[in-house]
Amino acid sequence: MVIQQIAFYLFSFVAIASAFMVIAARNPVHSVLFLILTFFNAAGLFVLLGAEFLAMILVIVYVGAVAVLFLFVVMMLDINFTELRHGFLQYLPVGAAVGIVLMIELLFVLGTWITAPEAKLGGESPISATATNTHALGQILYTDYVYLFQGAGILLLVAMIGAIVLTLRSREGVRRQSASEQTGRRRADAIEIKKVAPGQGI
Amino acid sequence: MASFWDAYLWPGVVVVAQCLAIIVPLLIAVAYLTLFERKVMAAMMLRRGPNVVGAFGLLQPFADGLKFLVKETVIPSGANKVVFIIAPMLTFVLAMIAWAVIPVSAGVVLSDINVGVLYLFAISSLGVYGIIMAGWASNSRYAFLGALRSSAQMVSYEVSMGFVIITVLLCVGSLNMTKIVEAQHGLWFAIPLLPMFVVFFISTLAETNRHPFDLPEAESELVAGYHVEYSAFAFALFMLGEYANMILMCAFTTILFLGGWLPPLDIAPFNWIPGFIWFLIKIVILLFVFVWVRATLPRYRYDQLMRIGWKLFLPLSLLWVVLTAGAIVAFGWYPTAS
Amino acid sequence: MAFLDRAARSLFLTEILSGMGVTFRYMFKKKPTLNYPFEKGPLSPRFRGEHALRRYPNGEERCIACKLCEAICPAQAITIEAEPRADGSRRTTRYDIDMVKCIYCGLCQEACPVDAIVEGPNFEYATETRAELLYNKDRLLANGDRWEREIAVNLAADAPYR
Repeated sequence: MVIQQIAFYLFSFVAIASAFMVIAARNPVHSVLFLILTFFNAAGLFVLLGAEFLAMILVIVYVGAVAVLFLFVVMMLDINFTELRHGFLQYLPVGAAVGIVLMIELLFVLGTWITAPEAKLGGESPISATATNTHALGQILYTDYVYLFQGAGILLLVAMIGAIVLTLRSREGVRRQSASEQTGRRRADAIEIKKVAPGQGI
Repeated sequence: MASFWDAYLWPGVVVVAQCLAIIVPLLIAVAYLTLFERKVMAAMMLRRGPNVVGAFGLLQPFADGLKFLVKETVIPSGANKVVFIIAPMLTFVLAMIAWAVIPVSAGVVLSDINVGVLYLFAISSLGVYGIIMAGWASNSRYAFLGALRSSAQMVSYEVSMGFVIITVLLCVGSLNMTKIVEAQHGLWFAIPLLPMFVVFFISTLAETNRHPFDLPEAESELVAGYHVEYSAFAFALFMLGEYANMILMCAFTTILFLGGWLPPLDIAPFNWIPGFIWFLIKIVILLFVFVWVRATLPRYRYDQLMRIGWKLFLPLSLLWVVLTAGAIVAFGWYPTAS
Repeated sequence: MAFLDRAARSLFLTEILSGMGVTFRYMFKKKPTLNYPFEKGPLSPRFRGEHALRRYPNGEERCIACKLCEAICPAQAITIEAEPRADGSRRTTRYDIDMVKCIYCGLCQEACPVDAIVEGPNFEYATETRAELLYNKDRLLANGDRWEREIAVNLAADAPYR
């Protein structure tokens, strides 16, 4: 048990510290790297909770794909971040307001645990301990919440198609390579062997 | 005191010993993989390959390693030092920790977790960070181009790899590596899922930045790509990580498609040989194909690489997921593993 | 039908597989590599390697300090100084070849009227420092003594074609 406690405090401390560093780091690439570290520690906390499927999916999707794209964008864009920070203080009230709202929500959640202790029990183990994680998640997602799940999928698909439509433009006069045409070319299509008599021409 | 010893120290010692039992043979295997590659490539190019250091050049990997150790580590003055140093370490560590879930033989595995496939997939998708950090921190155009190519390439091929893994999982019904192997008693998945096997193998070539998809380090155009600024032991860590990744991917392919430690036929002369020998034989054959492909094919152009990933492999693997799932439902071949 | 044929060819990767078949067959072919420091390839008698100054069989050096080699050297790698010796014969006091400058064109041995400066069959004289490649007269004469037998054989073999 002690090891689990140590691991919990380690993961949560590093998660919070690196989450702070995401907004505190001067270099945007460092910010993204700290964000990745935060994701990692969150995945570690999931493992400690016994939700190993979620932990792995978090690493695969967020760290393996989404954060790579973040890193890509941040590295490619040559933004002058010191200039961007100029009007930093004028957004402080808005940021503080959002922060306070989130804080109050968190307090409400914690408050429910105190005022109604039975709510905490329901959140702790919603599934039977015998089935594996993956099995249990699939059971819920594809039976009780199948329409919502598919709806979320369609939402993402629409968003993706929208992004493609916004950026797609067809230009005139662009010569494109057709790889299948090139590889499909045979010797018989390309050359013809003729017997040429001397002095006759073709 | 005794309870502390029993509860923490002794298990800790056992775990460390188990880790060493995997890592030390792995590093030796990596060392000899470099020699194997050079020898096989040389044979295919009608050369002899290294044959001076030791009999048949057998000590060449150690000579190379020693040389890496005694060289000077150069850190470019324009580099981002912390990230520059972390990047090779990350590559190496990720290539090592992935081995925790690989079952070498029946029950011989460091940690037989339920989401073994996902763990391996997650670790392999993290491999891109070592490269991208190295390329960015080097503050060099070549390195940066290599890093960009590598990240785009790995992310693209991961998608079709994921679908191929899903087809296998549909046939197994479990994410546990041991169960995946046990589901292949009698028939390896390479036979019914042959197209997926080929797609997966080609995707692993792209995932490990091997020929013909070695654009991140294309020596003829990007000099050495992301590790152009690295020297001495940092470079050695990259090399070790890269070759360990090759072995890891071959092991993964073996487990998913070639029946892991199972003999090809469960009859007398074959099942006398212990499981891990079969496992090793299969990995060596796959590694040979890696090297064989390198000696045969020229490098793809970058847009051709992207075309293969997104326009060929992704639809093909997606189609096969649907076909496999359809066949399982239609004929009632539900997996029994879980 | 042609379409089917093409589709089948690209689907089954026939061209990649046949290419891999070629490399696999080559793996078992005999290797043409020479195991260099232990095996060496044949050298022509006209091979132009390391320079040497020859002597007559009685031990007298051949060079008469005519400076034709110095004049013809396109890289200006040769430096000669000469004085009459005590017995009145004309000999060099200094004969230097800068082996770093030398382009191994062989014009010096063509120009030499007495076959004194020749380019021998030795090509393994790599050194660790640059200074060791600035040859002086002693070094060149020592080379001549060392390689005389091979040089004489080569000159004799090439003589009918000159």
